[in-house]
Amino acid sequence: MRWIWIDKFLEFVPGKRAVAIKNVSLAEEHVHDCWEAFPTHPACLMIEGMAQTAGILVGQARNFREKVILAKVARAEFDDIVVPGDQVTFQAEIETLADEAASTRGTLLKNGKPFARVDLMFSHIDQNLSGVKFPEENFVFTGQFERLVAPLLEGADG
Amino acid sequence: MPMSETDVFEKVKETLVDALGVDEDEVTPEATLTGDLGAESIDFLDIVFRLEKAFSIKIPRGELFPDNILNNPDFVQNGRLTESGLKQLKERMPHADFSEFEKDPDVNKMAELFKVQTIVNYVKTKVA
Repeated sequence: MRWIWIDKFLEFVPGKRAVAIKNVSLAEEHVHDCWEAFPTHPACLMIEGMAQTAGILVGQARNFREKVILAKVARAEFDDIVVPGDQVTFQAEIETLADEAASTRGTLLKNGKPFARVDLMFSHIDQNLSGVKFPEENFVFTGQFERLVAPLLEGADG
Repeated sequence: MPMSETDVFEKVKETLVDALGVDEDEVTPEATLTGDLGAESIDFLDIVFRLEKAFSIKIPRGELFPDNILNNPDFVQNGRLTESGLKQLKERMPHADFSEFEKDPDVNKMAELFKVQTIVNYVKTKVA
């Protein structure tokens, strides 16, 4: 199973904006590691959730031809914690999309209320200036990611 | 009306504070991006994206921070820029101050050309 930290997309506007949600459950093992006496969904996994929401948005903008890799967490500010029973909403927007990279701006909501901001940069790694070669197969966008976004892309331009 | 040098500097400073997570007082005209402000390769692209937005300008890739110099054997020999390499770099970076670097054009010292003032000089040519 792949490391997926969003449950589903609610909105997907190709090249512009995506919204995904995650429901945090006490049945998930990781919440008990952080911490046993007071289980929470850690901020690092919410950064990963935003990276997946925004990364799929960036990848789809070039029809999943590019290998999109998280290159920089430009901002990650959290004003609150998330515990089992909470729903996290990831709202991502593309700020800049260029041949070699993209930057995104993101807001996270806890049960509908904004509580965190995560801005990211992604690299299109085949376009790197040092000329390093990567495998031809797109190892970033495999079946699971595509299935996640497929229902929202039916009938959409892109 | 063209922006004054101070206005450009203040906006560049704001951009670098956001892009590199540094304190405002660290961003002086003479501060180098990598040595003093800790910029890494992806940060250079981030800075370009942010400058484009902040000043509503278009920065063609390789214009502010030139590429394809170091991997050309005509331009670099034994870890130093050749005469033609230095000439090429000067042509492509009229916004940089070469007075120190040209005394000893060691490629490891090239990062010293990328100062806050280098960005200010470049942006001034774009917003003039």
